[in-house]
Amino acid sequence: MLGDHVIGRETHLNAEGFVVRPDEVAATLEILRDEAGFDHLSMVTAQDYEDRFETIYHLKKFDDPTQEVSVVVPTDVENPVSETASGVFKTANWQEREAYDLVGVNYDGHPDMRRILLPETWQGHPLSSDYDQDKPQIVSFDEHKNPLQEDHKDAESDTMFLNIGPHHPATHGVLHLKTVLDGEQVADVEPDIGYLHRCEEQMAQNGTYRHQIMPYPDRWDYASAGLLNEWAYARVAEDLNDIEVPEYAQIIRTMSAELCRIAAHMLALGTFCLDIYGDFTAIFMYAMRDREIVQNILEDLTGQRMMFNYFRLGGVVWDLPEPREEFFEKTRDFLDDLPEALEEYHDLITSNEIFQIRTIDTGTIDPETAKQFGVTGPVLRGSGVDYDLRRDDPYGYYDELDWDVVTEDGCDNYSRLLVRMREVEESAKIISQCIDLLEDWPEDERNIQANVPRTLKPDPDTEVYRAVEGAKGELGIYIRSDGTDKPGRFKIRSPCFCNLSALNAMSKGEYVADLVATLGSLDVILGEVDR
Amino acid sequence: MSNEPRDTIRGSTDAQTKTREARMSGAVDNRFNSKLREAFGSSPFILTKFDKFMNWVRGSSMFMLQFGIACCSIEMMHTYAVKHDLDRFGSGVPRASPRQADVMIVPGTIVSKFAPRMKRVYDQMPEPKFVVNMGSCSISGGPFQEGYNVIKGAEEVIPVDIHVPGCPPRPEALVYGVVKLQERIANGESSPVTVKPYEMEQFSDLERDELVEKLADDIDEETLVMRYNWADSP
Ligand code: SF4
Repeated sequence: MLGDHVIGRETHLNAEGFVVRPDEVAATLEILRDEAGFDHLSMVTAQDYEDRFETIYHLKKFDDPTQEVSVVVPTDVENPVSETASGVFKTANWQEREAYDLVGVNYDGHPDMRRILLPETWQGHPLSSDYDQDKPQIVSFDEHKNPLQEDHKDAESDTMFLNIGPHHPATHGVLHLKTVLDGEQVADVEPDIGYLHRCEEQMAQNGTYRHQIMPYPDRWDYASAGLLNEWAYARVAEDLNDIEVPEYAQIIRTMSAELCRIAAHMLALGTFCLDIYGDFTAIFMYAMRDREIVQNILEDLTGQRMMFNYFRLGGVVWDLPEPREEFFEKTRDFLDDLPEALEEYHDLITSNEIFQIRTIDTGTIDPETAKQFGVTGPVLRGSGVDYDLRRDDPYGYYDELDWDVVTEDGCDNYSRLLVRMREVEESAKIISQCIDLLEDWPEDERNIQANVPRTLKPDPDTEVYRAVEGAKGELGIYIRSDGTDKPGRFKIRSPCFCNLSALNAMSKGEYVADLVATLGSLDVILGEVDR
Repeated sequence: MSNEPRDTIRGSTDAQTKTREARMSGAVDNRFNSKLREAFGSSPFILTKFDKFMNWVRGSSMFMLQFGIACCSIEMMHTYAVKHDLDRFGSGVPRASPRQADVMIVPGTIVSKFAPRMKRVYDQMPEPKFVVNMGSCSISGGPFQEGYNVIKGAEEVIPVDIHVPGCPPRPEALVYGVVKLQERIANGESSPVTVKPYEMEQFSDLERDELVEKLADDIDEETLVMRYNWADSP
């Protein structure tokens, strides 16, 4: 089908790769999307080798994410330019900007080739091999100008430029929204990110596979989704090194990950209501109360309240806490109280008229646009797309358990909240099944870790991309090994990054107050956006 | 039920004026007559040093800046919320504007792009102001210290009074840190202001080295810049 476009083949552990010329990227991707049905550009990875720069486009299908293909685009070291894919997939816009920023590949025809994570005045591309980290840098502190002034300045309309953030209660962290207002309505909004770019990829590339990388995933999505993120790394590293995880450990993983999902969704719910009703009100306190309970359970299990560091390659670090009955009872109590708590939330939130007026039909995004932007997780499911990696690309113990993928087709802020609340119920279902299994597990078969060599050295140039369903959506990791015990390239596909890139499409023409609500409903965690 | 008044239940029909009379009797109104005041005796004056009084006042009513950066801020939210409730200590009303706050808790990693913004927020707070560093990141860069973009502690940008170690510190630890800060303020103890390796400068004031030469055309000479000497920082 691709015919002449392909100049070579590569095999990655997860998918076949087609090598294409740098000037045929858009054409190739278009054929793959329209004729072969690969409609999900999940990630763009850039990296540099000694003799070339390379961009990899990881493609999947929304209907069946186990069908994958990679498009590999090598370019010249001296002058790394390749054609942009942003005309074919909107999500490529931001991802290529990031690749340019950190690695230094230029994308020809890209509408907006600027730095995205680092300050404008930064010199050099930190993830390229010739970067000198000790060189001084200068960061300027300009006031921002009005980018739309010319378009909008006529006799009738008068736009105003408004900076929201980076220090602002409604931005959920350090995010800067360059907003252009036409009266009360949003004429344009551009998220300016990078205020929490903590070099996570570099940190992972400096750590050894076996132990040194695992603590970092906890710090990507720190809304207590730690174990879900750890699973993303565990999954990819286990695939890379052919490690089988014992069944018992899989059940523990599944249970603890779902506890994390509940904690993360509670925070999302609490802060969303904070954005809508204004202050530290009852709902926020209720959500925090329930989170405290989950955090206590997780603390019993892992020893930490937030940065769990509980997964190990090949299993988990230790077994359930003794006495086990007490732990089961505590978790059961929590699950038993949950329906009542959710009932309370429904009374306070979803049936509240003010809340409904503020959220129904605001921040809408239709399924097609959402797919174009690579939006995943509750945001995508709130637009009615039935895509959940726990079911569609099963890992852990999910396919043995009885639960459902939640979708709502309102496409608005309200349905995203509903999806999260119903997902909490589904997670509770999963947890209680896991507890039943764990309770009856024979004592001498409680195997928490597979046998894993002390140093892991995968074969040089093995490449793999794997994703799990994090609290915010598809959290994927690409690793290329270089034959040592540290990854040669470690790239994180963050769901929040892609979800946030759709903010502009979701809030143009809406009231500025609804922009805040929309941002809240996306549930971005800046640690994961900036990495 | 009948509407007849019941004879069995009958008290005085006089107006209730007891409390009013008590208040108007010329003595000190009971409501203001605290135990403390009784102890002072007839003289309604106390003597103390003005500074001491002001320190006590400052330590007893602190307004926190609502400031979230990274993971630590989630634990900070727990500190404000039910269960830990920082407000019990007279220091838990988060203010959204730096102009109304006098304590800044720095909860998270500071990176090069954010540092100048953080300094501006700090500068906007009225004097006297205090800073609590929360977590290893704001103390030293924490787990990200080796990163190409990470500032090795908030002290490189603004002066800090109390460090609360941990990654993240538990809410209890933060409460302890804040209470310690209150104690120190009430006692009039001040911490030495740290030397700041990075300062906001006018671009034109910078020493003309290779980097400045390179940026000279791009940057307006009037603008402020922050210069990072990565090699010199700890
Ligand atoms: S100290 Fe730890 S928890 Fe706090 S911001 Fe840094 S990495 Fe996150």
